[in-house]
Amino acid sequence: MTEILDLQKVCKTYRGRSGEVRAVDGVSLSLDAGEFVAVRGPSGCGKSTLLLLSGGLLAPDSGDVTVAGEEPYLMSTDARSRFRAANIGFVFQQFHLVPYLSVLENVLAPSIANKTAAADETLTRARSLVVHFGLEDRIDHVPGELSSGERQRTALARALLNQPKLLLADEPTGNLDEENAELVLTHLGEFAASGGAVLLVTHDASAAARASRTVFLDSGKVVTDDAATAS
Amino acid sequence: MSITRLVFNEIRHRKLNFVLTILSVTIAVGCLTGAQTLLRSDEVQTDDILAAKKTEVEAAVAERVKTVEEAGKAHQDFVRKEMLKLGFNILILPEEQDVSELLLHGRLTATMPESYVDKLAQSSVMTVNHLLPTVVKRVDVEHGGTKFDVVLQGTRGEVPILNRGQKKMLLAAVPPGSVVIGSEVQKKLGLKKADTLTILGEDFTVATINKPTGSIDDVTVWIDLKQAQKLLGMENLINTIFALECGCVGDRLAQIRAEVSALLPGTQIVEEEAKALTRAESRAKAEEAAIQALADEKAAGEATLRRTEETRIDIEDRNAGLAGVLVPLVMLGCALWIGFLAFGNVRERQSEIGILRAIGLSSKQILTLFLSRTLLTGIVGGVVGCLLGLQFGLQFGAAESLGITVSRLFEDGDLKLLVILAPILAVVFSAIASWLPAMMAAKQDPAVVLQE
Ligand SMILES: Nc1ncnc2c1ncn2[C@@H]1O[C@H](COP(=O)(O)OP(=O)(O)OP(=O)(O)O)[C@@H](O)[C@H]1O
Ligand SMILES: [Mg+2]
Repeated sequence: MTEILDLQKVCKTYRGRSGEVRAVDGVSLSLDAGEFVAVRGPSGCGKSTLLLLSGGLLAPDSGDVTVAGEEPYLMSTDARSRFRAANIGFVFQQFHLVPYLSVLENVLAPSIANKTAAADETLTRARSLVVHFGLEDRIDHVPGELSSGERQRTALARALLNQPKLLLADEPTGNLDEENAELVLTHLGEFAASGGAVLLVTHDASAAARASRTVFLDSGKVVTDDAATAS
Repeated sequence: MSITRLVFNEIRHRKLNFVLTILSVTIAVGCLTGAQTLLRSDEVQTDDILAAKKTEVEAAVAERVKTVEEAGKAHQDFVRKEMLKLGFNILILPEEQDVSELLLHGRLTATMPESYVDKLAQSSVMTVNHLLPTVVKRVDVEHGGTKFDVVLQGTRGEVPILNRGQKKMLLAAVPPGSVVIGSEVQKKLGLKKADTLTILGEDFTVATINKPTGSIDDVTVWIDLKQAQKLLGMENLINTIFALECGCVGDRLAQIRAEVSALLPGTQIVEEEAKALTRAESRAKAEEAAIQALADEKAAGEATLRRTEETRIDIEDRNAGLAGVLVPLVMLGCALWIGFLAFGNVRERQSEIGILRAIGLSSKQILTLFLSRTLLTGIVGGVVGCLLGLQFGLQFGAAESLGITVSRLFEDGDLKLLVILAPILAVVFSAIASWLPAMMAAKQDPAVVLQE
C-alpha cells in the first residue's frame, strides 16, 4: 500500500507568554492510501496541532513529516504552498470560506495557487463537485447565505478540487446537525474509498466510528492506535 | 479563478472600507493638487500684476522722457537763438578803477579817453553790436527847492560801428538839455514830464520817466554825454564803455578780454550778467528739473515695482508657508487613516488569508491581493482628488475671476507634472500608507488562524 502520510517522532512545543506547552510529544503515525483515520482525545491533547503538522502548515520542533513521499518542511515556503495546493485538502470546523466568493468561486479558489489544469477543465470539475455535494441550487450564493451544512459541503468540495492525496479534517462535524454531519462523514469515507487518505480529528465517538482506524491522543502522545494493536 | 476576481469581489463585499480609503486618498491628493494650483495661480497673478505695473511705470517714464526731451530742446533752442541774438554785455573800465566804488557808491573816479570808443568801434575785435560810452558821478539834483542825491550818467547813445552796417538803435541818446530820470527820482522830487530839474546849477527838462526796476537805475538821471563832461569838467574823458550784446558765448570771453586789453591799454573788463543768460539758466534749470523728474519717476517706478513684487512674494510666501504646513499635515492624517483602514481590512480578513495560504496561495499572492486593492484606491483617489483639487484651486485661487485660464497655470511645468503624476503619486502614497498591514497579511502564519 502507498504511504501517504508518515510522521516520525514528531514534537511540537508552543512557547507562549504563559510558558511552554508541549502540544505534540513524539508522535509517530502513518496513513496509507484509502485509509480513513480518526484522531480522538480530550480537549487540548494536541489533535489540531497534529493536523497542522501533517498539513505542512506548522513546522515541528523535531521529527520528520513525509507527505506523498516528500518532506514539505524541507521545502521553501512558496514551494510548500504549491505542494499543499497540489496534495492536501483541508476542512475545518469553522469552514473558513472566503466570505465574498460564491459557492462556485470558493470551490475554485485553490486553482489560483495550483494552475496545473486548464481553466475550463477546472471549472467543469468544480461544477461537478458542486453538483456532487448537492449545492447546485446555491452555486451563486455567498457563504453568508448558506446553512452550516451547505458551508461545510462547500469547504469539502473546495478541499477536493485539486484531487489531493491527503484530506485533513478538523472537527468538520462540530458545527453541524446530525443529518449534515452524517453526510460529511459519508463524503469523507467516499474520498478514502476512492484511494485518498483521510485524517479526521474529532472528539465525537460516533464520528470516529465511521473511520477505518482510530488513534487516541493524550497530552500530545499516542495512547492507542488500532493499526499498532492490529499488527 | 484569479487574484483580480478576488480583489474585485472583496471590494464589492467591503465597499465602506474601500470608499473610505479612496476618500482619504482623494483628500490627500486633492489637498496637494489644490494647494499647488492655488500657489500656481498666485504666481500667475503676480506675473500679471507685475507686468501691469511695469507697463504703467514704463508709460510714466516715457512721458517724463518726452518732457525731458522737450525741455532740453527748448533750452537748446533758446540758448542758440538768444545767444545769437543777444549775447552778453561787458563793461570796460580803466584798469585802476575800483569796481566796488561803482557798486557801493554809484560813482567812478578813474577815467579813460573818449577816443577809446571809436578805436573799439573801428576794430574788428569782437562782434559787439552796441557801444555806450558814459560818465558816472554821484551828484545832488534840485527841483522846486528839494535836493536829492542821484547817480548822474552822461551818455551819448550809440557809437556807430564802422566795420558793420548800422544797427537799429538800442538806446536812444538823450538830447542836450533833456534828462531821463529813474522812478525814485521822480517820486522823491515829485517830477512830471516837462518839469525842470537842476543838475549842478544847470536846468534840464524831464523828457522821460523810467519805470521802476528795483535797481540803481531808479536813482539815476541820464543826460547828454558832452553836457555831462562839461558839467563835470571831464572833457573828452569817460568812465566806462558798455559793450552790449557781444555776439560771443561764454568761453570766448577770455579771448575777448585779451584782445580788448591789447587794443585799449590800461583797461579792465567786467562781465555783466545778461538777462538772456538768466533766462537760459532758468531753461537749463527746467531741463535739469525735467531730468531730475525723470530720474525720480524711474526711481519711484522701480520702488513701486519692487514694493509690489515684495508684497506679492510676501503673499506667496505666506500661502506657500501655510500650504507647507497644512498639506503635509493633511497628508499625514490621511496616510494614518489609510493605514488604519488597511489594518482593519487585514484584521477582518485574517481567517480568509489563513485559508487562502492553507490551500496554497503564496505570500506573494497574498501581498498582490492587498496591493492590487491599494493600487485601485490610489488610482481612483488620485484621479478624483487631482480633479477636485484643480477645481478647488481654480475656484478659490480667484483664477476664474481674474481671467486666468487653466492653460496659463499649466505653462509652468511643475503643476502639469503634478497632475500627470497624481495617480502614480496617490498609488505610491497609499501603498506606503498600507504597506505595513499588507506585509502583516502576507507574513501571517496560516496555522494561527486555522487553529481557532
Ligand atoms: N498557538 C498556540 N500557542 C500556545 N499554545 C497553544 C497554541 N495552540 C495550541 N496550544 C496549546 O497546545 C495544546 C494543544 O492544542 P490543540 O489545539 O492541538 O488541542 P486540541 O486537541 O485540538 O483541542 P480541542 O479538542 O479543544 O480542539 C493545548 O494545550 C493548547 O492550549
Ligand atoms: Mg482542536
